Amino acid sequence: MLRIVIAEDAVLLRAGLAELLTRLGHRVTASVGDAEQLIRAVDEDRPDVVVTDVRMPPEHRDEGLRAALYLREQHPGLPVLVLSQYVATAYATRLLGAATADRGGLGYLLKDRVMDVADFTDALERVASGQTVIDPEVVRILLAHRTADDPLRRLTPREHEVLALMAEGFNNQTIAHRLTVTEASVVKHAGNIFMKLDLDPTEGNRRVLAVLAYRNSTAEAPSGAGPQSTRS
Amino acid sequence: MDVAVWAAVRRRPLRFLVSGWPWRVWALLVGGAVQGALTLVVLVVGVLVGVALSAVGVGLAVLAGTAVLGVPVGALERRRLRLVEPVRLADPHRTPARRWLRTRLRERATWRELGYAAVLSTLFSAVGLVFAAGIAFCLMLVAAPVFIWAVSPDTVMLVPGRAVSGPADGLAASAVGLLGLVVAAYSGALLAGAQVRLARLLLTVREQDLGAQVVELTRSRARLADAFEAERRRIERDLHDGAQQQLVALGMTLGLAELELRGQDGPAAALVTRARGEARLALDQLRALVRGIHPQVLTDHGLPAAVAELALRHPVPVRVDLELPRRLPGPVESAAYFTVTEALTNAAKHSGADEIAVRGALDGDTLVLSVTDNGRGGADPATGAGLQGLADRVAILKGRLTVTSPAGGPTRLHLEVPCSGS
Repeated sequence: MLRIVIAEDAVLLRAGLAELLTRLGHRVTASVGDAEQLIRAVDEDRPDVVVTDVRMPPEHRDEGLRAALYLREQHPGLPVLVLSQYVATAYATRLLGAATADRGGLGYLLKDRVMDVADFTDALERVASGQTVIDPEVVRILLAHRTADDPLRRLTPREHEVLALMAEGFNNQTIAHRLTVTEASVVKHAGNIFMKLDLDPTEGNRRVLAVLAYRNSTAEAPSGAGPQSTRS
Repeated sequence: MDVAVWAAVRRRPLRFLVSGWPWRVWALLVGGAVQGALTLVVLVVGVLVGVALSAVGVGLAVLAGTAVLGVPVGALERRRLRLVEPVRLADPHRTPARRWLRTRLRERATWRELGYAAVLSTLFSAVGLVFAAGIAFCLMLVAAPVFIWAVSPDTVMLVPGRAVSGPADGLAASAVGLLGLVVAAYSGALLAGAQVRLARLLLTVREQDLGAQVVELTRSRARLADAFEAERRRIERDLHDGAQQQLVALGMTLGLAELELRGQDGPAAALVTRARGEARLALDQLRALVRGIHPQVLTDHGLPAAVAELALRHPVPVRVDLELPRRLPGPVESAAYFTVTEALTNAAKHSGADEIAVRGALDGDTLVLSVTDNGRGGADPATGAGLQGLADRVAILKGRLTVTSPAGGPTRLHLEVPCSGS
């Protein structure tokens, strides 16, 4: 059983989420409608995991995301799952960029994923246990079309698949199961990927993601132009 | 543009004399004498009374009333001039919804008409009087033989001191009268033409008035564009806060139902799964729709982030170099965003490009943005309805959208929009 705080401004969805998680045997200690209440609820309840919407009152921009980052500073290692109405790699980049240092679980999912109840709760539990879960859509975009000089082009199609699943936050066993290959061959693919991308294999999937996101943010989105500019 | 009466004289100088032209010219001039005289009286009385009473408030009202005297005079003149000029002179005035006097006093046309009234009431009324007298005298001379015949056996003295004996003697006078009428016809044509010229100068629409109207029109179009922009944002927000959330909640409930039915065989579980799939489909379509109306990422994060997202989704690799020091006005952001969208779509569809570059920056207060692909070029911007619509949208913002696409490429779309607002 997990103790969960939910922050979501749409009443219908908030109630639905609370009901869903309760039915699955978790305890929702607080479900709130804005970032301020979220921060207060976390301070009081000390939950196992926080689920928060990105867009919340009063500005309806990225209050939820900012609150999540703030909470991570105040409570290092607090697992946070951020839900977003639409895929914005800018959000993912910020979340990953700000939270690579500590070990707490981290998730960024498209809001629609709550419809796949089993997948959603699985993702939530993985985040609560300290893993990183990133929406497949974001991963797909991060790995999509590359320019000629991109090292990702050196990956084989199979390695690409393995990398995508790694980036989504699955462990070797699950990846092997999903691709119907042996775990040993997943390990071999992973080794190749790390080698081709010049990464340290001990760093895990969050590092992979951070590298991907960072490359995206420098190659294709200007640094400092997106999210920061909205902090007015 | 030439004056009709002068053209008639030039074309057939002799035929002119026996046509209806001289009579219309004279009617104009003699009528002008009457109208001018009346105008003069009203003007003089108006000014005198106005000045005399100016110490009292009423005087100013009288002066204001006198100032707009040119308006009815002008209106009447425009009608009267159609005697000699088939091309109608356009009314230079706007149609005010209210505050007629104030609107008129602010219009240049009113003051030009007053000037015309002054010329009409002095110069043209005097000329008209001379013509009336001259024509009457000439007609009398022409009719001299008849007159002489009618009064015989008494004699008539046409020239003092010399009695005319019979009607035949009067023929000389007739000749002089006819000559006078010919002179009156030609000189009248000259004067009527001059009056038409003057009226064209003072009584009708001028370019600069038109300029003011165009500015007003552009402003109202810009207001309309702003309103549309606000409406698009409102629709986006409504869809996001309403329908999208409802659909997610529906999907979640269906997901829960699916969970409850787990392990059960039968149509119910399959139907619920299908329903959930359909809810997801609806949600995807709704999201695509919102993106077309006004994407959330643009609202939330502004142009660079929104363009970066576009680039990430695009099937062709896109390099984005777009840095802005601040958020731009809403209409500029969305015009620029949809321009990039259109350019990227066209590049993917037609150009065969395998790399696209989006570059943009603020140059002073102007957003300068370009989208260049390395494709085969040869795109005809005129055929793209989307591009035409965007060009209109940009034009309202006083911006410019140009597309160059020589055969063999590259296709380059260039956008410049001032951010100062209009």
